[in-house]
Amino acid sequence: MSGNWVEVCGKDEIDEEDVIRFDHDGRTFAVYRSPDDKFFATDGLCTHEHIHLADGLVMDEIIECPKHNGRFNYKTGEAKGAPVCVNLKIYPVKIEDGAVFISL
Amino acid sequence: MAHFVILGAGECGARAAFALREKGFDDEITLVGAEPLHPYERPPLSKAGSADASGPKFIAAVEKYAENGIRLLTGLEARDLDTASKSVTLSDGTSLSYDKLLLATGAAARSFPGAPEGSSHIRSLRTHHDAAALRNVMKPGKHIAIIGGGFIGLELAATARRLGAEVTVIEGLERVLKRGVPEEIAHLLTERHRAEGVDIRCGVSITALTEESGKAVIRLSGGEVIEADLALVGIGARPNIEIAESAGLTIENGIAVDTYLQTSAPDVFAAGDCCSFPLPIYGGRRVRLESWRNAQEQGTLAAANMLGLDEAVSSVPWFWSDQYDMTLQISGLADDAATHQRRDLGAGAFILFHLDADGRLIAASGVGPGNAVARDIRLAEMLIAARAHPDPAALAASDIKLKSLLAA
Repeated sequence: MSGNWVEVCGKDEIDEEDVIRFDHDGRTFAVYRSPDDKFFATDGLCTHEHIHLADGLVMDEIIECPKHNGRFNYKTGEAKGAPVCVNLKIYPVKIEDGAVFISL
Repeated sequence: MAHFVILGAGECGARAAFALREKGFDDEITLVGAEPLHPYERPPLSKAGSADASGPKFIAAVEKYAENGIRLLTGLEARDLDTASKSVTLSDGTSLSYDKLLLATGAAARSFPGAPEGSSHIRSLRTHHDAAALRNVMKPGKHIAIIGGGFIGLELAATARRLGAEVTVIEGLERVLKRGVPEEIAHLLTERHRAEGVDIRCGVSITALTEESGKAVIRLSGGEVIEADLALVGIGARPNIEIAESAGLTIENGIAVDTYLQTSAPDVFAAGDCCSFPLPIYGGRRVRLESWRNAQEQGTLAAANMLGLDEAVSSVPWFWSDQYDMTLQISGLADDAATHQRRDLGAGAFILFHLDADGRLIAASGVGPGNAVARDIRLAEMLIAARAHPDPAALAASDIKLKSLLAA
């Protein structure tokens, strides 16, 4: 179910194959731009130890947590092996007028 | 039906057990741990993030072991290993026959020579039980003396200060973190500890460590006597090799394994802190690593090799430490470095890239607030694994993305 669309940033403020942190209403999200120029959003904290994923490394469709190298597929939210075992929530993303919006 | 037995229920052993299932092994798995608790993560024991936590951070809920058909035996140690009959006898007299055995026995804290054993005022840190005892003393009005300026000692110093205790760190060498951490980074951390009120003393030798009248008493070679409510001995660890040694396995700074984690005995593997292994990325140099990620990776690798998948060690060593709001991360082994390049990342964070005489990147050490260095250290690790010879000027130029060097 989609809720409110919230503007995150201009689309060019996220580099290709990169991630930024977005804080809104007391919550933290991670917003990604894939190597094939698509945008995705997940919860911003690793499910293993509440570390900001936006400090981590994006490789293809994987975000790797900066602390303990837990990996998730940022397109699906799926945990990809130890030490993480709980998936990330994902959120719909749209681009309008050159800006990135996520649906909360 | 085949029976795989894993001795040691720490990070490495637990990961191996789950990895066997993930890789499709359907037969019997028995995981044996000496502690009464089911497997938990050890890194939080010394770190501030969990200083207030009352319970351990479990690797998996206890039900997960049953769900995965892993027979978990806790509070039991292996007493005897017979590699001819392929059986292990446990401390309660139980005998287990195995088809494949994994020794993930870990390491134990080194004790201070001549110090009384079992003293509640002189302790080391290895288990959740140890950490709980330490937390009881880390309070305002208490004085904690930490013997050894390594990762454990300095992490505990930071935790103790956060909780309000007075802290003295006593290091025998001329500086802290002498093993594996560059001087520039060790100096920065030393200054930070001092700014936080830790009394760090380097180049000081201890002539006696005793317990007297409910205090730990530390006598220094210069004649000074330090009294503390608790002395924490953090002078390194020794691999738990006893059972392997008595079974006649080859020992070489730990249980010696080959690149497939196979010991000198048939169908017996070893992984994690207890074993030494050849590291291909450094020309096959034999190393023993006491690190969380190594334990995790080798547990998974051992599982693959117990299943006959012949997967060789290929990883780059990686370590991290949290002290106050600072994180230190090191990838690779810098011992053979000829030069280094410094990259400043802003907000006081920086990375040293260590190059050998041929210009190959062999290690990277970074420190900074939060996770400021994490991404670049991870990229450095990939460059090290690729045996890259990056342009030194590009390594130092913070406006050049490391990712672009990887693609080069």
